[in-house]
Amino acid sequence: MNKPARGSLLGIEHLEEKEILGLLKLARRMNPLKARPLLRNKRVVLLFYEASTRTRSSFEIAAKALGATTTLVQSSGSSIEKGESLLDTGYTLRAVGFDAIVIRHPAAGAPHLMAKHLDIPVINAGDGMHEHPSQALLDAFTILKHKKSFKGLQVAIIGDIFHSRVTRSNCHLLTKFGVKITLCGPPEFVPEVSTTLAPGLRITRHIEEALRGADVIMLLRLQKERLAGQKIRLQDYIARYQMTAARLKLARRDAIVMHPGPIIRGLELTAEVADGPQSTIIDEVHNGVPTRMAILARALSKAK
Amino acid sequence: MTKGNAKPGSLLIKGGHLIDPAAKINAPMDVLLRDGRVAEIALPNKVRGSADEKFDARGLIVAPGFIDLHVHLREPGQNYKETIASGTAAAAAGGFTSVCTMPNTAPVVDTAEWVAWLRNPERGAVVNVFPIAAATRSSRGAALTDFAALQRAGAVAVTDDGKPILDDEIMSAALRSGAELNLPVVQHAEDTRLTESCSMHEGPTSFRLGLRGMPAAAEANVVDRDVNLAQQIRGSRLHVAHLSTADALKAVRRGKRSGHNTRVTCRVTCEVTPHHFTLLDEDVGEYNTNFKMNPPLRSAADREAILVALADGTVEAIATDHAPHATHEKQVEFERASFGITGLETALALAITKLHREHKIPLTRIVELFTSGPARVFDFPGRGSLARGSFADVTIFDPKKRWTFESAKSRSLSHNTPFDGWQFVGKVVATVVGGRVVYRAD
Repeated sequence: MNKPARGSLLGIEHLEEKEILGLLKLARRMNPLKARPLLRNKRVVLLFYEASTRTRSSFEIAAKALGATTTLVQSSGSSIEKGESLLDTGYTLRAVGFDAIVIRHPAAGAPHLMAKHLDIPVINAGDGMHEHPSQALLDAFTILKHKKSFKGLQVAIIGDIFHSRVTRSNCHLLTKFGVKITLCGPPEFVPEVSTTLAPGLRITRHIEEALRGADVIMLLRLQKERLAGQKIRLQDYIARYQMTAARLKLARRDAIVMHPGPIIRGLELTAEVADGPQSTIIDEVHNGVPTRMAILARALSKAK
Repeated sequence: MTKGNAKPGSLLIKGGHLIDPAAKINAPMDVLLRDGRVAEIALPNKVRGSADEKFDARGLIVAPGFIDLHVHLREPGQNYKETIASGTAAAAAGGFTSVCTMPNTAPVVDTAEWVAWLRNPERGAVVNVFPIAAATRSSRGAALTDFAALQRAGAVAVTDDGKPILDDEIMSAALRSGAELNLPVVQHAEDTRLTESCSMHEGPTSFRLGLRGMPAAAEANVVDRDVNLAQQIRGSRLHVAHLSTADALKAVRRGKRSGHNTRVTCRVTCEVTPHHFTLLDEDVGEYNTNFKMNPPLRSAADREAILVALADGTVEAIATDHAPHATHEKQVEFERASFGITGLETALALAITKLHREHKIPLTRIVELFTSGPARVFDFPGRGSLARGSFADVTIFDPKKRWTFESAKSRSLSHNTPFDGWQFVGKVVATVVGGRVVYRAD
């Protein structure tokens, strides 16, 4: 077993602050509309074992904007369907001649397994409930477009924390810069153990308390099926935790509302909030491209 | 279970320090083995009988042969992971002279025929093999197997290991049938209703890694329930396999007290694995599947409670739960990887390195946990002690030898161990089964 190849991005947890700032700086210099052939003759495979709209398409656009070619491999319609193991798929893609693997997988740690056995960079595009590092980086990129710095920021993350890889990555990233985060939701979704993830985390069960003084509000998609068998009913959840225009007034006046998507209007947030002036939901998607350009450039070129 | 040819002659183990907790001996002694039995124990140079062969045990500990109550040798049916021949060779290298095999094979060992098959000399065992048979047919948890027939064929206990018996009625029935035959029922205590799709212990590490965690209560609840059931059945014998949590220990202690104090006498015993007294859930690191087993590695508080229980006598035995798996079953996504690690060749080294040197548990207690302790759990008359007339099963080890374990050199067919490259103190030097040396360190 080896160390991951240089340029791999498996998670935020083990990144140093200066690496994160370097990636964000690089992202600010990336312009998707201005072709910059940093990755000419490079081949990137997008290996997706799970459904994805924005992550997949923005990695693809990002790679192409840098001059790389991309190939999409999905579990259906590939040898994965025939029972090929993850590692054998990895060895095969390496042998075909890919220079980097962008992988999304329902099992936590799948990218780590790939990275231990392959000598090409592996980029985690979301692994189970573990991490989603490119999302955390584009969220940080978005925050810094609206706020001067991370210093002194208060962030509220509301919803199904337990199942959220986005939250895990965001907590790791933001707390590295001293951001104070309040996690909010019922115990089924925000277990007490959540605060052990990183320093500077606290829990509240009351959305009003989470919102008071918040500079950044991060919402998460609620998967209805996850309420099955839980004590809390959908209507109760909406009543207690839905982000509404009235509740938004509790936050700071310049607070931004973020959501990694896909959003379900009428569930975790109202349409009014989603489309309101404080929402950065579309902006996040937009920022995904330069952020992922930076991630790919770091993986495959000498650009600093 | 000797191979039949070459009748064991006589062997004098000379100059060693004998630790035989059952006989309350902890002193320099010479041991003479003859015709498969212990012929004489005497002070140095005082053995009267003569011997065909001598073993120089100067500077070494001589102990009754070690007994492992919990191994998976994978036969019948999974000989790509391990065979009885390879697994018992690993056992011999680890100082074990007797191993108890788990029935979760393919097919499940749920008939007298399969018990006899396991004990057949043709399997090529180099140490004694004591089968544990399934408690229910195909270990489906529905209908009890024929305990009497299994016992007659040589089964030393019954269990559905890997598949806990959750149904109260079935567990009661198993304990009742066991009580009639004085046969222990071994429970893998896991409330599987709480552990579905879980791959490690529930705690900060599982949360951080995004893995579903098995709560400690999933084990403790079942042990608690089992103790309650055992207390209602006179003569029942409950053995808790690979106990891993502080709360399960509380239930075991409760069971042991009631065994003495109430009119209904039951016997509650338990075993602990070397990995549970050595490692923690956080050692899983970045999804290392060689740290994935069931029960999973637990919290520091659980490990602390286990260390106390090993020292104070609550735990009867160290058992390895040796669970070999092929590389392709482990080099997969963590959630998909098979549960289990190998353990026969590292058990004593971990006990000496961790329990003795780090936690100051006396060597006599450690030997007890490998010998008379397990011998009592399943009633192995003539084993677990080197009293005159006992079986000539002897483990000889160097408690001070420093060495590095290399899984590539393991006798097991599989190499799924978290201890590859670990530096240990304490090494098996020779293993004697029925008076014959079956393993000798290079």
